[in-house]
Amino acid sequence: MRRTPASLAAAEPGPAHTIEFDGRPIPALPGQSIAAALWAQGILAWRSTRIAGRPRGAFCGIGACYDCLATVDGQPNQRTCLLPAAPGTTVTTQEGHGRADLDLA
Amino acid sequence: MPTSTSPDAAAGADRHERRDRYDLAVIGAGPAGLAGAVAAADRGLRCALLDAGARPGGQYYRHPAPELGAARPDRLHHHWSTFTALADRLAAHRQAGRIRLLSDHHVFLLEADPAGGGTDAADRPHWRLHASTGERTSQLTAAAVLLATGAYERQLPFPGWTLPGVVTAGGAQAMLKAGLVLPGRRIVVAGSGPLLLAAAASLTAAGARVPAVVEAGDYLGYARRPGVLAAVPGKLGEGVTHGVALARHAVRLHRASAVVEAHGTERVTAVTVARLDADWRPVPGTERRIACDALAVGHGLVPQLELATELGAETRPVPDGTLALRVDARQRTTVPGLWAAGETCGVGGAELALAEGELAALAIAGDPQPPVALLARRRRLRGFAELMAAAHRPGAGWPGWLRPDTEVCRCEEVPAQRITEAVEELGATDARTVKLLTRAGMGWCQGRMCGPAVAVLAGMSEPSADRRPLSCPVRLGELAQLP
Ligand code: FES
Repeated sequence: MRRTPASLAAAEPGPAHTIEFDGRPIPALPGQSIAAALWAQGILAWRSTRIAGRPRGAFCGIGACYDCLATVDGQPNQRTCLLPAAPGTTVTTQEGHGRADLDLA
Repeated sequence: MPTSTSPDAAAGADRHERRDRYDLAVIGAGPAGLAGAVAAADRGLRCALLDAGARPGGQYYRHPAPELGAARPDRLHHHWSTFTALADRLAAHRQAGRIRLLSDHHVFLLEADPAGGGTDAADRPHWRLHASTGERTSQLTAAAVLLATGAYERQLPFPGWTLPGVVTAGGAQAMLKAGLVLPGRRIVVAGSGPLLLAAAASLTAAGARVPAVVEAGDYLGYARRPGVLAAVPGKLGEGVTHGVALARHAVRLHRASAVVEAHGTERVTAVTVARLDADWRPVPGTERRIACDALAVGHGLVPQLELATELGAETRPVPDGTLALRVDARQRTTVPGLWAAGETCGVGGAELALAEGELAALAIAGDPQPPVALLARRRRLRGFAELMAAAHRPGAGWPGWLRPDTEVCRCEEVPAQRITEAVEELGATDARTVKLLTRAGMGWCQGRMCGPAVAVLAGMSEPSADRRPLSCPVRLGELAQLP
């Protein structure tokens, strides 16, 4: 059988719950960060940059680079590598400065 | 970040509420901070142990959240039993009310307490610490402070380094250890420093295929100082263990080479690896392409010193091109009442951090004479750390792999060309001026990702101490709560 991080650590997490990413359901394991839940589904990008509109996702994984920002439960600029993926969390790809509602651009 | 889940909030907090004043505040709960806090508490000091993370351990002992039910977290780590022993001692001291653990607390400001008074010995001023939980700030005071804030990864930009799937080597490790996930299935590991071998070993153990480890430095540098190596047989053993693990998984080690470009549009699909000359300039004609779906990259670690340098603490240059705090034989910084241990004194690994944390605690507790064996261990490990640092110092030619449009500052999307213009046409001679002219380093991360690279591009041959009034971004609302 193919080795996985979970098998390496002999992990038996509780049942997966569901978060929502850009409107689609994504399974998340209890204890995982939002970024980890997205990585587990092969999703690597959930933000587009302000100037060139380029895709970005988690880079440093520890809260230092701010590349993993997304809109979480309606709040823009949330560091998804630090935030736990709680059941029912909604995550949306953050476009630019994440303040489209304020019409600042 | 959630704070209500901190066990202290429920359990021992009431014992301390009347008096948020401690003999010692330890900033950082990695190896150095943990060792320091428990050793100080062993000697009866009342300690506060503050850490930005959710659980103690720091980056080195980062481990899965309990809800993930990992029965064998030890398989993700070296020396896991060292951590569990420290965690047990920490738990006992918390139970007894000698240590208060403040998780999810990021200390952003450290100041001499104006109300402290002079009741303590001359080198024991009172300190006031301000910490942010992301939602609110909290304050506490302490007679002494032990700074054990560790280090962050040094990144050198290259074309394509902002593509999704390119992650830091430490980040890949952190996401694996804490969240049991990988960024891809075929992961190239690149950069410089011993962390790369450790990262490659754990990624392969977790099921990733690592087609190549690309090391810019030259491990032959170690062989030039056989005496220093012989004094730390454990370090050689670690290297051999990683080497054997990697050989078993058919991982190729490319020495004196670098990833000079990551390819892809929406995410990384391949990298180009080139040989480097002695100055780290890519050698034309040596490029080869390696297919991958992720790249884990990092060029060693940079000590995190802001809290101390803001207070005017003296630094010393380390052979890897970074700055570390200058400490004396008992881990005292040049600021009275401020002590430092671990990576803040120069990157040297967990074993050294443990020794230094303990040494600092003994000195703070007033032990007149530290154990000879402990001093000797620190000397040996420090010697090895300096050797290691020299072997992985970035060569001056690395900007040779940049292109004019390569983004250097990820946050503000500043290309290399704009920085060169600031230097060549506008006359900037230091990173600060470049920053003001280009916005490089002015974004969210406050230059943590691009700082070392910008300094080199600005022509600064020696690193300079970062001085910033606040050590992390703090919400205005939180600042407004300051007394
Ligand atoms: S990945 Fe760097 S802050 Fe989240």
